[in-house]
Amino acid sequence: MGVTKEDVEAAVAAALSPTHLVVTDTSGGCGASYEIEVVSGKFEGKRLLERHRMVNTALAPLMAEIHAVSIKALTPEQAQPQPSPPAVTADKA
Amino acid sequence: TEGGGGGVAAGMKETLDKVVTAHKVVLFMKGTKDFPQCGFSHTVVQILRSLDVPFETLDVLANDALRQGLKEYSSWPTFPQLYIDGEFFGGCDITLEAYKSGELQETLEKAMCS
Repeated sequence: MGVTKEDVEAAVAAALSPTHLVVTDTSGGCGASYEIEVVSGKFEGKRLLERHRMVNTALAPLMAEIHAVSIKALTPEQAQPQPSPPAVTADKA
Repeated sequence: TEGGGGGVAAGMKETLDKVVTAHKVVLFMKGTKDFPQCGFSHTVVQILRSLDVPFETLDVLANDALRQGLKEYSSWPTFPQLYIDGEFFGGCDITLEAYKSGELQETLEKAMCS
């Protein structure tokens, strides 16, 4: 029972032909939840709400068993390293 | 297997039309603004509080018909769901992104003046 990270990856990959895709299981006390970072040329010229809707549509068959998704949807251009350092950095020992 | 949903029931749609236009800013969330029951809902409450706008919240955990109806009404599968000026604005990620970019403040200002 339940949806796996691989199911989520496969659904997003099939629908959006991403150039970059990272799915992370982030059950943070609320149950089965995923964080999805996806870069796709299909987001070109689309507003954030539309991009998220595209990801939601791809996940529609799985959503009944998913508690929450957090989506980061970028175009290949936006995914290029920015000249300024990112605001949030993770300190790793 | 899933029963055939196929759109929002007529009565539910009318009710939701009224609810989302009853206030400028309406947040459908898990829990209440004083006691959010999920981190995503909590985040949006915090953002709205920090912007000092009046907003109404409805607890979808307390009303399953509302919860299911809204998913179809918004074509959005998760909560929280933020409505501004009767229009669906987004869920937690979109609201957070828009807050960082200033787009949320702009949309709210426009709504408050309309």
